[in-house]
Amino acid sequence: MPRDSLTGTRIRERRSIAGLRQADLARQIGISASYLNLIEHNRRRIGGKLLIDIARVLGVEPSMLTEGAEAALIATLREAAADAGAVAAETDRADELAGRFPGWAEVLALLHRRVASLERTVETLSDRLTHDPHLAASLHEVLSTAAAIRSTASILAETDEIDPEWRTRFHRNLNNDSRRLAESSKALVGYLDDNDAGEVQRGVPREEAEAFFAAQGYHFPGLETGEQSPDDLVRAAPELGGRAARHIAREFLQQYTEDALALPLDRFAAALDRLGPDPGALGAELGADLPAILRRIAAMPERILPGGAGLVIADASGSILFRKVLTGFALPRFGAPCPLWPLFLALSRPLVPVRRKVTQLGRGTAHFDCLAISWPQRATAFTEDPLYNTAMLILPLRADEAEAGTFLRVGSSCRVCPRLRCHARREPSILREEF
Amino acid sequence: MSNRHVLLIEDEPNIIEAIRFLLTREGWKVEAHSNGADAVEVVRHLRPDLVILDMMLPGKSGMDILRELRAIADLANLPVLMLTARGQMRDRDMAEKAGVSRFMTKPFSNAEVVTAVRDLVAQASRP
Repeated sequence: MPRDSLTGTRIRERRSIAGLRQADLARQIGISASYLNLIEHNRRRIGGKLLIDIARVLGVEPSMLTEGAEAALIATLREAAADAGAVAAETDRADELAGRFPGWAEVLALLHRRVASLERTVETLSDRLTHDPHLAASLHEVLSTAAAIRSTASILAETDEIDPEWRTRFHRNLNNDSRRLAESSKALVGYLDDNDAGEVQRGVPREEAEAFFAAQGYHFPGLETGEQSPDDLVRAAPELGGRAARHIAREFLQQYTEDALALPLDRFAAALDRLGPDPGALGAELGADLPAILRRIAAMPERILPGGAGLVIADASGSILFRKVLTGFALPRFGAPCPLWPLFLALSRPLVPVRRKVTQLGRGTAHFDCLAISWPQRATAFTEDPLYNTAMLILPLRADEAEAGTFLRVGSSCRVCPRLRCHARREPSILREEF
Repeated sequence: MSNRHVLLIEDEPNIIEAIRFLLTREGWKVEAHSNGADAVEVVRHLRPDLVILDMMLPGKSGMDILRELRAIADLANLPVLMLTARGQMRDRDMAEKAGVSRFMTKPFSNAEVVTAVRDLVAQASRP
């Protein structure tokens, strides 16, 4: 069906979006509902004043009804059909699809563009591995040197009687080649680390950002005093080489700045000195919400909070958004953490503080005080469901505090947890044969 | 035995030295050449019984040299053992299409090289 004959379909679509009944629209433009019905089913041509009246009532430009979907959208749909190859699609009816279901057509086109973009990324990566002349030359250098070393070392190890002159020569070669291998390996690693041509060969962006926070001790005096902005710090950090890592760092530092403004260092340090790292008491004293207090405690340097504090922030999927390690409490670098952490219990009780004394298995007998709370990421409207984040402050327990009470036994992650018969286990531990 | 002549086209001097030692010990005459640009001419001139050919060479790639050798009528069946740091299936396929006799990735074992040289020359000598 040609595009210009789909005006009626578009009118029906727009009327539906506007929440108007056929009879209502017909009455407002002064025609009968049955005539409008014929128009909407493309059985009557429409133009002139009637089209303008309908467009006015529906709040759209008349051209939106006559021209419908953009040509580019239709072209993308045809392209998607062609790329699908064996799948039989009614390519001659792409206009109709775009006209009758513009939303779905846009979704399809969007997915097609996304697939194309991902394919380009994969090709670039593959191409880079195959054809990057520097990478190929570096790998060749490393492997050729390794081949020379292996071959020479085998000769020396496996030949019982070898001419002294040859032996001396091979020893010298081994020495030279091993030095060369060390240098070429270092150069290769340096190239992979430093090259900014793409971020895919880098480490995980969140790890890059975490390394930056850790190097600063998770405390940023320039942000405390307002002398520096998050952008200043990110710009001055060459180790944040990837765009994604810079974005993550900037977001965190922005939150840090807001917390520092709401809870200035001197005032917070004085309250901490008087009340100790008690988030409830600090929140009541300083009039701040608990998530901000948890973040602020974790941002205190050792001179203000001896013993330090760990902090983990996750989203509702359990993905770790931020982690500050406290010695003795293992936070997994990869994979999901132990679901028994109070961090996740807090997710099931939004805005209710959760506090547990915790022993982490597999790491000796250290005990911790874990305080967690989950909160909506932003003020939610009635029209959208809230998305929760959850945070857990990890404080070390003194020996006398660790003597009494019930301790929650948790792990780091299932893979390295020695606990037997755990109802929360997702996969066998590499430390024990289970199941 | 007359057919005991190997030409090693390789730009890594210590690999040349090691392979020369291994094959010489086994009674082979080994000559080495390090530049890809004139490698085909050297093969035509020396007429070895087998060529050990590195994939990445200055001047011309081992793959191009192999293709040129296969295009010369009386060198079309010359045994060629290709050494490469690139072990990808695609490279292996390309080398096989170009007519390689054996494909070996670096780092290789000495015994592997010696056995391959012995086997390839023996196969080529059979009527």
